[in-house]
Amino acid sequence: MIRFEDVSVRYDGAERPVLSGVDLHVPEGELCLVVGSTGAGKSTLLRAVNGLVPRFTGGTLSGRVVVAGRATEDFPPRELADVVGYVGQDPLAGFVSDSVEEELAYVMESLGLPESVMRTRVEETLDLLGLVPVRDQPLSTLSGGQQQRVAIGAALTAHPRVLLLDEPTSALDPGAAEEVLAALHRLVHDLGMTVLVAEHRLERVAQYADQVLWLPTGGPPVLGDPGEVLGQAPVAPPVVRLAQLAGWSPPPVSVRDARRLAAPLRARLADAVPPAPRPSRGDVLLRAAGVQVRYGATLAVRAADLAVSSGELVALMGRNGSGKSSLLWALQGTGRRAGGTVAVEGVDPATLRPVDRRERVGLVPQQPADLLYLHSVGAECAQSDAESGAAPGTCRAHLDALAPGVPDERHPRDLSEGQRLALVLAVALTPAPRVLLLDEPTRGLDYPAKSRLADALRRLTAAGHAVVVASHDVEFVAECASRVVVLADGEVVADGPVLDVVTASPVFAPQVAKVLAPLRWLTVAAVADALEAV
Amino acid sequence: MAETRRDLHPGAWWVWALCLAVVAGRTTNPLLLLLVIGVASRVAVSCRTPGPWGAALRMFLVMGLAVLGIRLVFHLLLGGVGGPTVLFTLPEIPLPQWAASIRLGGPVSAEGVVQALSFGLQLATMLCCVGAANAVADPRRLLRSLPAALYEISVAVVVGLTLAPQLAASARAVRRARALRGEPVRGRAAIRSLLVPVLEEAFERSLQLAATMDARGYGRSGDVSPGHRRLTSALVLAGLLGLAVGGYGLLDATAPAVLGLPVLLAGALLSVAALRLSARRVTRSRYRRPRWDPASVAVALSGAVGAVVVLAVQALGTADAGALVLSTVPLKAPALPVVPALAVLVGLAPLALARAR
Repeated sequence: MIRFEDVSVRYDGAERPVLSGVDLHVPEGELCLVVGSTGAGKSTLLRAVNGLVPRFTGGTLSGRVVVAGRATEDFPPRELADVVGYVGQDPLAGFVSDSVEEELAYVMESLGLPESVMRTRVEETLDLLGLVPVRDQPLSTLSGGQQQRVAIGAALTAHPRVLLLDEPTSALDPGAAEEVLAALHRLVHDLGMTVLVAEHRLERVAQYADQVLWLPTGGPPVLGDPGEVLGQAPVAPPVVRLAQLAGWSPPPVSVRDARRLAAPLRARLADAVPPAPRPSRGDVLLRAAGVQVRYGATLAVRAADLAVSSGELVALMGRNGSGKSSLLWALQGTGRRAGGTVAVEGVDPATLRPVDRRERVGLVPQQPADLLYLHSVGAECAQSDAESGAAPGTCRAHLDALAPGVPDERHPRDLSEGQRLALVLAVALTPAPRVLLLDEPTRGLDYPAKSRLADALRRLTAAGHAVVVASHDVEFVAECASRVVVLADGEVVADGPVLDVVTASPVFAPQVAKVLAPLRWLTVAAVADALEAV
Repeated sequence: MAETRRDLHPGAWWVWALCLAVVAGRTTNPLLLLLVIGVASRVAVSCRTPGPWGAALRMFLVMGLAVLGIRLVFHLLLGGVGGPTVLFTLPEIPLPQWAASIRLGGPVSAEGVVQALSFGLQLATMLCCVGAANAVADPRRLLRSLPAALYEISVAVVVGLTLAPQLAASARAVRRARALRGEPVRGRAAIRSLLVPVLEEAFERSLQLAATMDARGYGRSGDVSPGHRRLTSALVLAGLLGLAVGGYGLLDATAPAVLGLPVLLAGALLSVAALRLSARRVTRSRYRRPRWDPASVAVALSGAVGAVVVLAVQALGTADAGALVLSTVPLKAPALPVVPALAVLVGLAPLALARAR
C-alpha cells in the first residue's frame, strides 16, 4: 500500500540527510507505528507519504514514494487527498472552519462528492468517533481529545485507504488518549485502513501496533514485529524495558501479555520492598489555600490547596482543562487569581514586581518557545543573566548542566525539543528561584530526553528546590515525582505519595505497576535495583 | 427557548436585517428607530447562533452608543443647526479669518441637540441591524454560500477570520510569558521581543494550515479553462459591486434615484448569470448548502415588508410621510407613523418562522 524505494530526504543547509536509503513496504490494513528519537525523521517520513515533504517543506527527496499505486512525484498532496488522510500534530492549527460538521465535510467538498453522500458520511463519522454530542459546538470549545477526534474524522470522511497521524496523543490526558486510540483500533479492524502513526508515548500506542518501524538516527530503518524492534531501539515503552530486564523474549508490548509472563518476576520480588518516596524534609516553601482562577463566567480553579516543601517534587495531574495550567500561573503570580492566598517563603508573589517574583518562583510555560525571542542561544543566555542581575555565564552553566554541548550560535528554533526545554529551564533557573513550576514539560520529548529531564529535576530537589510539574505523562510522574496531586474540575481530589495515588487508579498507573500489581512497583529502575539486591 | 433552525439561508437573514436598516435610513423619527432596534434585537437574541458571532449584537449596540455620543459631542463643540431655544452657551473660541465658517463653542440649542441625537440614533439603528444579522447568521456561513467562482477568495477570508482570534491568543500568551522574564522590556526591544514569537508562530501556523489544507484537497484543479474561470470571477465581482452600490442608493435618501433599485437589479442579474456559469464547474461541492426554502424566503420577506412600506409611503406622500421625519424647527414631540410601524413589526415574524420543527 505504501512503498518507499531508496528514499532519502535532505533539507537545505542541513549537515546530513534526515532520511537516507529508506526502502520499505507497508502492506494494506496494517497499523504501523513509527518510532525514533527526536529528530530521527518520523514526521518527515510521514509527510513524505502524501508528498507534503518536499513540496511544503523544501529540501530534496530522492528515490520514489508510491502510495496506492500513485507516485508522489507525479501527484501533489491535493490530488492524493482521496487516498491519503493526514492529521498533523496540532489539530487546532489545521482547522479551516469553526463547526464540527463543516470540518468533517471539508475534504469531501474538495473532492466534489454529492451532497447526499456527504450527509451520510458525516453522520457515520460522527457515530464512529463518538462525536454526536458535540456536533453543534464550536470547535474552539471542544476538549483536546474531542478536537483530535474531529481532526481524525475530517481525514476519514474522504474514505482514504491510508491514514497518517503525527503524534495523535501527545497533547492528551490518559483518558482522552484512550478514546482516540480506541477509535483508531476500530478503523483498522472495521475498515481495513492502513494507518501510519508517529508517536513518542509508546506506552500508549505500542500495544495497538501490528508493526513497528524504527528510524535509528543515521542508520537504515528497521521494520518488524513490535516486540522485536522495540527491544533493539533506544526508545521503548517501560513494559519492553521490564521484559528485557526479566529476560522475556520476544518482549511483550502490551500489559496483558506481560502479565502472563510476569508471575515468576512477581515471586522474585515478593519479599523486596519498593522504594518509598523520600519524606519531605524541608520547610514549606510554597503554600496556597483556596486558590480560585476565573475566566469570565467559568471557574477554572475552584478552591485549590497546596503546600510544597523544599526537596519535594509534586506532580499535578488531571484531565485536559482541569485547571492545572491556570493553577500554576496563579501560583507563580503572573496569572490572575480571583481568590485565596499564595505564599512563597511567606510572600505573595502576585504583589511583587515581575523581576522580584522570578527570583522566588520560576515557571516554564507549556510553549517554552514563547519565552525566547533572540536569535542565538548565546544571546538568550546573556540576556537572561542581564535581566536577572546574575553573574555572566550563570545561565550558560545551568544549560550545560541540563543539556551539555548546545552551541552558542545555534538559533533557538533549530534546537531539538529537549534542548529548547533545557534552555528555557536554564533561563528560569538563572535568578535562582527556590520554587520551580513546569507546565507539561515532557511534550515532544523522547524517552532518553525524558530521563535526562527527570535527572535534572531530581538534582534540583536534592539541592533544596521545591518543584511542581503539571503533566499527563504517567511514566514520567512515576519516575520522578515524590507526591501526586490530582485536580478535577478545578479542585484537588487526591493528594498523597506517588505510590499511593498512581496505584489507586488504572488511569494514572504506569505500566510497571499494572504488570506487577498487586505489588507496588512503579519504575523499571526500581525493579532493577531490587533484583540486584536480591 | 425553542431551538432555532440553523439551516435557514444566511442570505435571508441578511436581507431581513438590511431591509430593517433601509427603514432606519429613511426615517429620523426616534419612535420608529427605537421600534426597529427593538425588533432587530428581539429576533437576534432569540435566534442567535451558538458560536462567538452570537455575541456580535452587543458589540454593535455598544458601537451604536459610541456613535450617539460622538455625534452629540461634535454638535456641542462645533455647533450646527441653530434654533430659538438656547439651552446654554459654551465659551466661543475665536478662530482666524480663513476658518471663519467653522465655529468652536457658542450657543447650544435644544433643536440642534435633538437633531444631532436623532441622526446619531439613525446611525446606531443601522449598526444594530448589522449586529443582529451577524448574530443570527454567522458571516462565515454567508461567505461559504458565495458562488463557486469565488471559492478561493471566500476560503481565504474564512481562514483569515479563523486565524485572527488565534493570533490574538498567541499574543496574549507571549506577553504573559514575557512577564516571566522580569520587567517588560521597553521601546524597540519590547516590540521585537513581543513580535518575534507571535509572528514566528503565525507564520508557522499558516504553513501548517496550508499543508493540511493541501492534504485535504484544497485547490484540486478541475477541468475548467482559465478563461472561463476569469469570466465568472469578473461577473460575480461586478454583480456584487452592483448589489453594494444599489443597497447604498436605497439606504441613502439623498442619493440619486438611479443608484437605488435599478443598480440593485442589475447587480442581482449579473450575480445570477455568474452563478449559472460557475455551476458548470462541478469539481467541488458544498455540504449542507443553504437553500432558499419557503421559511428562508419568508424571513427575508418579513424584513422587506417594512422597507417596501416606508419607501412607498415616502413615494406616495401619504399622511404618514410627514411623521417619518422628526420636526426640529419648531420642536415637536414625534408622532408614531402607524402604517410604517406596523410594517416594521412584521419583522418579528422570524421568531415564529425560525423555530425548529
